[in-house]
Amino acid sequence: MALEHFRIDDRLIHGQVVVGWGQPLGLRFIVLVDDEVAESEWEQELYRMGVPPEMDLFFDSVESAARRLPGYRGDRRSGLLLTGDIPTMERLVAKAPGIDRVTVGGIHHKPGRVARLRYVFLTDDEEQRLRALATSGVRVTAQDVPGASPVPLAELLSGDGTG
Amino acid sequence: MTSNKRAVVAGHADYAAGMVSAVAQIAGLGEMFVPVSNTGLAPEAIEAALREQLQASGARVIFTDLPAGSATLAARRVARTDPGLTVVTGASLPALLSWACGCDLPVAVAKGKDSIVLLEGAGGP
Repeated sequence: MALEHFRIDDRLIHGQVVVGWGQPLGLRFIVLVDDEVAESEWEQELYRMGVPPEMDLFFDSVESAARRLPGYRGDRRSGLLLTGDIPTMERLVAKAPGIDRVTVGGIHHKPGRVARLRYVFLTDDEEQRLRALATSGVRVTAQDVPGASPVPLAELLSGDGTG
Repeated sequence: MTSNKRAVVAGHADYAAGMVSAVAQIAGLGEMFVPVSNTGLAPEAIEAALREQLQASGARVIFTDLPAGSATLAARRVARTDPGLTVVTGASLPALLSWACGCDLPVAVAKGKDSIVLLEGAGGP
């Protein structure tokens, strides 16, 4: 229970998170960390529509998430923290000690990115950032849905997009 | 039946293609729908695909699968800058068929909702 899942997913709140992870884990709260969303009522309302009434959705900037993380960790309900990109998670890890596991849940195709898994496409810079996170002591894996096996970082970075 | 009305159907994996295929098989009206899959696409790319298909088809309606799905979020972002566009979430085959066969959207949505029936035991009463 509590806040155990730290996920990078460019789709943020979507079916895989709310249903795919939400139901088997019994998620009762999600912390969405994104500086732009934290400043936009419209964006927040958009994401609120996507979560069931029994699930709380909290919006934070990196700064406010780092401040509030102890409180989220003290919540006895099952929770998940989301960022939409690697740099945001990287900044959060730097500001909030104790995040020791990060899951790459989905980073999709954009120009400049190379396919590593079906659901993970990375630029050279993003790969470097993931390596740096791992070097700092964070266990980085990729996993889209709960039924899949976590893919270790080395395997992720050597993938060709077919896994 | 001929009609100029068109809709985009968008969702996870092959949901949209499956829906369009089913409408075509049942009513011969598959050409009224343009399928868009979210597979492998970043949020911005889903939004771009929707805009492209709306423009190409002239559709003014987007049917999506999950209310919380990435296709729905992208559709709502498109609708924010296109107030004449309508988004229907949780779209089912009965709803699509009803709309394709001439029902107004509220009626088609109601038919979609009414078609969900729990048949317990040996098939219900």
